[in-house]
Amino acid sequence: MTVLVIDDEVQIRRLLKITLEAAGIAVVEADTGRIGLEEAARAHPDAVVLDLGLPDMGGLEVLKLLREWSKVPVLVLTVLAAEADKVSALDAGADDYLTKPFGSAELLARIRAILRRMPEENEPSSVKFGDIEVDLSARIVKKAGTEVRLTAKEYAMVRLLVVHRGKVVTHGQMLRELWGPKAEDNTHYLRVHMTHIRQKLEAEPHKPRHLRTESGIGYRLVED
Amino acid sequence: MNDQRPDPDAILASLNREEQRARRGKLKVFFGMCPGVGKTYAMLRSAQQELHDGVDLVVGVVETHGRTETEALLVGLPLIPRKQIEYKNIKITEMDLEAILARKPKLVLVDEFAHTNAPGSRHPKRFQDVVELLDAGIDVFTTLNVQHIESRADAVRQITGATVHETVPDSVFGMADQIELVDLTPEALRERLSEGKVYMEGRAAAAAENFFKDTHLTALRELALRFVAEHVDKRLREMRSVGTFKTVWRSGERLLVAVGPSPSSTQLVRWTRRMAASQGASWIAVSVESSTPLDPEAQRRLEKNLSLARELGAEIVVTHDNDVAEALVRVALQNNATQIVVGKSRSPWWLDAFRGGNLVDRLLRIGGSIDIYVVPAERASEKPTTWLDWRPTAASPAREYAEVFGVLAALTLVSWFIVPHSGYLSVGLFFLLAIIVLSLRVGPGPVFVGGVVSALTWNFLFIPPIFTFAIARFEDGLMFFTYFVVAFISGQLTARVRAQERNERMREDRATALFHLTQAISAARTLDDAVFAALRQADKYFGAKTALLLGDGNGSGLMPHFAGSFVINDKERGVADWAWRNRKKAGRFTDTLPSSEGFHLPLVREDVAIGVLVLKMPPEANLSLAQRDLAESFADQLAQLVEREQLRAAGEREKLLGESEKLHRTLLDGVSHELKTPLAVLSAAVENLATADESMKANLADEIKTATRRLNRLVNNLLDQTRLESGALRPRLDWCDGHDLVNAAVDGVSEFLIDHPFETNIPQDLPLFRADSALMEQVIANLLLNSALHTPSGTPIFLAAGLDRAKSRVYFTVADRGPGLPAAMRERLFQKFQRGDAAKAGGLGLGLSIIRGFVTAQGGDVVAGENPGGGAVLTVYLPYKAHGDVPAE
Repeated sequence: MTVLVIDDEVQIRRLLKITLEAAGIAVVEADTGRIGLEEAARAHPDAVVLDLGLPDMGGLEVLKLLREWSKVPVLVLTVLAAEADKVSALDAGADDYLTKPFGSAELLARIRAILRRMPEENEPSSVKFGDIEVDLSARIVKKAGTEVRLTAKEYAMVRLLVVHRGKVVTHGQMLRELWGPKAEDNTHYLRVHMTHIRQKLEAEPHKPRHLRTESGIGYRLVED
Repeated sequence: MNDQRPDPDAILASLNREEQRARRGKLKVFFGMCPGVGKTYAMLRSAQQELHDGVDLVVGVVETHGRTETEALLVGLPLIPRKQIEYKNIKITEMDLEAILARKPKLVLVDEFAHTNAPGSRHPKRFQDVVELLDAGIDVFTTLNVQHIESRADAVRQITGATVHETVPDSVFGMADQIELVDLTPEALRERLSEGKVYMEGRAAAAAENFFKDTHLTALRELALRFVAEHVDKRLREMRSVGTFKTVWRSGERLLVAVGPSPSSTQLVRWTRRMAASQGASWIAVSVESSTPLDPEAQRRLEKNLSLARELGAEIVVTHDNDVAEALVRVALQNNATQIVVGKSRSPWWLDAFRGGNLVDRLLRIGGSIDIYVVPAERASEKPTTWLDWRPTAASPAREYAEVFGVLAALTLVSWFIVPHSGYLSVGLFFLLAIIVLSLRVGPGPVFVGGVVSALTWNFLFIPPIFTFAIARFEDGLMFFTYFVVAFISGQLTARVRAQERNERMREDRATALFHLTQAISAARTLDDAVFAALRQADKYFGAKTALLLGDGNGSGLMPHFAGSFVINDKERGVADWAWRNRKKAGRFTDTLPSSEGFHLPLVREDVAIGVLVLKMPPEANLSLAQRDLAESFADQLAQLVEREQLRAAGEREKLLGESEKLHRTLLDGVSHELKTPLAVLSAAVENLATADESMKANLADEIKTATRRLNRLVNNLLDQTRLESGALRPRLDWCDGHDLVNAAVDGVSEFLIDHPFETNIPQDLPLFRADSALMEQVIANLLLNSALHTPSGTPIFLAAGLDRAKSRVYFTVADRGPGLPAAMRERLFQKFQRGDAAKAGGLGLGLSIIRGFVTAQGGDVVAGENPGGGAVLTVYLPYKAHGDVPAE
């Protein structure tokens, strides 16, 4: 398993290398976007860690060029207070983001999440997190063994999060998928439905454990 | 004992003189009684000595007159080539002042101090070139004969009969630091003359015959010696005045000279200057303006006399009064003058009697303890004084005469028909009435003529026997005489009243002009407005085009102000530049570059020229004393204005600088402290990590974690503040869930809340509201952090949120039980780098400023208050609007 790290900061690259290699993942390094793209073509990495603030061309530009020919999962690194960048990166095809500074545990969790290949045929028909079980083939959600009745939209939202479990799903993605492209600005749909979902599934609906909010970006299903 | 102490004023004056001398170049004058005594020779020998001593000297101009001994001494002295000036197709060479100033030697030789420069030179006189050289800090050697000294010119003329045209003001000569008298006995000089060592040219021969007579030479020599002695004596007294055990020099004597338009005043001025110099006294020249205006020619002469007095070092006072004697005494008392100098009156006795005694008598009567000097003036130099001179006529136009004769003719005709009924006495009264009425309408000349003509007409046509000028009865004779006197006096009185009125009006005009100027200036809100207003006023009052050039503050050049109506060309700019650098008036109506179009007045405040006002009057216009005065007042007002504005701007800049510097220091101190503390922790912890055992490693890791979070927080705060200030903050409003926001915020700062009991109170049904969730998360986190950091550990922190439907807003409140916020600092609290008085170490004081910035950007507000029962409450409000429907499924 190989990860391509595209970052101009040698210290960040070194740190990522140490962390990832300790976890048994091989690392290929690139310090500019151009070299990064070349390496992506040459080394066929299983995932890419991409810094959005690159000196030669913007990380977003690299991402777009990469997405023209590759579906390799991408984790973008950003700084705080750059929500707009994060959303643009996610919409441009990034699989997840990580805000600097970050801890190594968080990094590994994110990389594992994006590395999880999800070919439709291999998709497990049922996913469990906490005392909740979602049976994707039977379209049934159970909490502590009891079936919970969800509306169609609620179930669609849960399904989306489960399919991308561990990864962030942006508001835009959700709204497009569930209400069509015209509904992209109506984030209150999501808020309202999420409140209901949490009330039905979470033990403490106002302090959700699994159905987490990513402020200003979207939602993420955390499994543990 | 008291007498032994030096006079502090004298010391101060002496110090000032010394200081000025130190800044200026030194002037050494080689002084002689007449041409040919060897001044140039002596100067060149001194120069050779200086050159030998290694002094950097150049020859500006030296006239050898072809004398071989003198030419020999020029060898080896570096020469600045003379400048060629073409004047009326004649090539004239003059000293190249610019080249010398550019070369800036230590010492320059300038022969013939009194020389008049060719037209088109920078200054009309060479001594002005020298003054400029001295001002530039260059030492000057020059030569001068006694006949060229302004105050001695008269004496020389009286001795030799030759009028001297080239003179040097005494005040300029007074600048000399050293005078070397080049003395030669008359016999020796005559010998040199006969040997042909003096005046090689033929034209000298005739002059020599007269000028170099033994008797003349002796007199000139005495004059020169005495002049130098006076100068030396004065210097000596100056020096003595500062010594401690000598008798102090008293500046008690002060002379006052009355100056009028008459040419004899010129002599009076020179006489007074000599007198003042020999007494070591200062002097004042006073001009008394009466209510009768002077004709332009007299005005011009008066100004010439006054400017001569100014050149000779007098202080000029112009006063208004119809009584000359009273005015002189008044000015004398005001200025502490001990002696008054007046010319010998030559008005006829009967006029003096009519005026209540002549000037000298009146001065003696009211002058008290003031000494009065009466100096006879030379009649020869003056045009004959006749009664016509004070005849109050001439200026009245023909129209006025026509009016007078028309009225009188009509009156005569009417009277001819009514005289049989009224009698000839009434006719006389009619005529008198007509004359008085006419005097209100026409000038004094026509009134006078009218008076005479009407008196004669009355006599000839009406007083019996008619058709003769004879008068039969004594009563009629008396009547006729009375008529004549009444007509004459009333005419003159009215004329005087009118003149007075005109004068009053002129003065009032001036006062009004100044008033309007000040008003216009004070009404202006910016300097540019004020300058614009002031220049328009100047345009109006001088009938001129005006321009204002302002120094740019660092002394490198002048910039024309856009409000000027006179476009400054390169030549005028050169003049303005000179006026600015030398802080003297220049251009037209002055002695410096008089051929230029504009009259350039420097704006001087406290010895610093801040700009130049340029007036361009029409070519035929003359500048009267009153106008010059007004122009100076204008310049002064403008200078005050500009200075005030510059001071204000400088003050503001200073204040701003001070504030930003303070901020900088606070920031630097704060940032370096804030950065260094976690860095110190990090470096120490990492060093220990290598040798630590397992349990210690866990502790160290905790420390490292805390330190990095602190660093992270600091950097984020600085980034946020920068975002706020750069205006790059664009909130992305979106529907937010209050619970989500609080959860995220609490997660972010949970480690700081460990030491505090923490409670939240958020209603289950808190509706969604629009906000930038990332910003709001940070706002709430900062609020919590602020409370956690500023309250003692163990004290509780509360977080509440809710909807205020009445005011359509949602609120988030963080309350604590800490020391609370004094009302005085609640407002200040939200400014950046403000930290609570009780703030624990740590933090830059950015937290609350960021809160306010973020909240305001989202259309909300933040308020600090007091928690009932102690502690602080900070509440954030955001506007609330219900969200639209969610489509049913």
